[in-house]
Amino acid sequence: MHKTYLPPGLPSPIPEPDGLSAPYWNGLRQERLLVQRCKACCTWQFGPEWLCHACLQFDPDWVEVAPQGTIFSWERVWHPSHPALQGHGPYLVVLVELAQAGQVRMVGNLLGDPMQAVRVGAPVQGVYEHHPDASPAYSLLQWTLT
Amino acid sequence: MGASARSLRGQVAIVGIGETTYYKHGKSPDSEFKLALQAILRACEDAGVDPRDIDGFSGFSDERSDAVRLSTALGSRRLRTSLMQWGGGGGGCCAAVANGAAAIATGMADCVVAFRSLAQGQFGRFGQAGQVPAISGERAYLMPYGVLAPPQRFAMRVQRFMHEHGVHQEALRAIAMASYAHAQNNPRALMHGKPLTEEAYDASRWIAEPLHLFDCCMENDGAAAVVMVSAERARDLRQPGVYLLGAASGSGYRFGAMPHNSPRYASANFETLAQDLYAMAQIGPADVDNVQSYENFTGGVAMALAEHGFFHPEQANEFLTLENLTAPHGGLPLNTSGGNLAECYVHGFELILEAVRQVRGQSVNQTRRHEVSLVIGGPMVAPASDLLLGSANLL
Repeated sequence: MHKTYLPPGLPSPIPEPDGLSAPYWNGLRQERLLVQRCKACCTWQFGPEWLCHACLQFDPDWVEVAPQGTIFSWERVWHPSHPALQGHGPYLVVLVELAQAGQVRMVGNLLGDPMQAVRVGAPVQGVYEHHPDASPAYSLLQWTLT
Repeated sequence: MGASARSLRGQVAIVGIGETTYYKHGKSPDSEFKLALQAILRACEDAGVDPRDIDGFSGFSDERSDAVRLSTALGSRRLRTSLMQWGGGGGGCCAAVANGAAAIATGMADCVVAFRSLAQGQFGRFGQAGQVPAISGERAYLMPYGVLAPPQRFAMRVQRFMHEHGVHQEALRAIAMASYAHAQNNPRALMHGKPLTEEAYDASRWIAEPLHLFDCCMENDGAAAVVMVSAERARDLRQPGVYLLGAASGSGYRFGAMPHNSPRYASANFETLAQDLYAMAQIGPADVDNVQSYENFTGGVAMALAEHGFFHPEQANEFLTLENLTAPHGGLPLNTSGGNLAECYVHGFELILEAVRQVRGQSVNQTRRHEVSLVIGGPMVAPASDLLLGSANLL
């Protein structure tokens, strides 16, 4: 039995060649959730960009936020669209809204029984999931009901 | 120059349509490029246009059958424009027509073909994720969590739409059943002879909740093409011209904010486009006689129809019924050829051909009124596109 929510073999997330999202992915490896916030106008932004979309200042700061949010939407996936998922069975994906970070949203899996009832608006807590044996190694942010 | 001059309305007509035999994915006996040539030559024959007079090609979704090879193969006397809608995949099917029409209207070309060719057995499919060891950009935030292919990428938008507006599964089912009902009268359709019942829909497997198997488009091989010329030239040709009344493409404010960070999340991305479309066409939703709406997923069709003003989202359950969506007697006949779900998934281009047939009065599911047909490109993507086609009576 593997220790991760989904079986190994899915693609490893890596930063773009220009390094835009490197602080985010490096942060997850250290169990820190970093989100961009403009140093000039304090607008939160995710996914990252080189520019704040609100005031057009370059190079927003990366700010640590608590991995807590609420379920904004969800899906239970049944059809395997990758060989690594063949025979795995259903799994839950949630879109989590982070009230403490300007309502930015993040996609993750909802840990636990894949057949559990899911409610939009339910509060969730982030759980760091490490993939040290993947090549390259990476970490994900998963969610569990609080 | 006044605003009225900066319009495609009535300036360009679709004068020929052509498609290949439609196949299940991987089943085409012919190469993708040969399918493109077949569809284009049939469209020229339908129009009574010499293929060597084609001086422009317009594609979308990274079309592989490229313009220079096509014009070379067809012996075109000269090539004057080669156009590709930038981004958005199947959301660009209407834009391919509009971009070609814009080239004609501005004197950049005289005879433009817009088309799509697909042989998915020879290339990749949309429905299976590429097997790569590492991924960056938007997909890095999705694929490691099992959000790999389009059904998983779009189901959460549909779920949120259903949550916000109390839309029931039966509304999605009606959209699927309308396509299948229409396909039963269409010998071109891959699902001809394979009717869909409510029971079969309800019993079908989930792909990604809230999407059943029958909420998702097929994947196919085939090609479809249209030939366009100026309104002036269209008057001398074989078929009655079907005129562009309006066209729009693009995206709302930060709709493309990834991953899944669109401010208006439960949206098909037509809120800004529909305004532009109706303004150019100088008509409104009440003037539309039938709709051909790209079904990547039925839930996206529901959103797209609401955003084009046919009903408020809270009325979706009442509006989206099989009876209301079926020709000839429904209030808004939808996908009268069978569309992406039941005719053939030519990434929506088959919908444009069906809209032309409707306006000409040549559909196998002809609607009672057929002066105006609306085509809606891939919902929930950016950029999206849409198109209003009409008869000469509208000009």
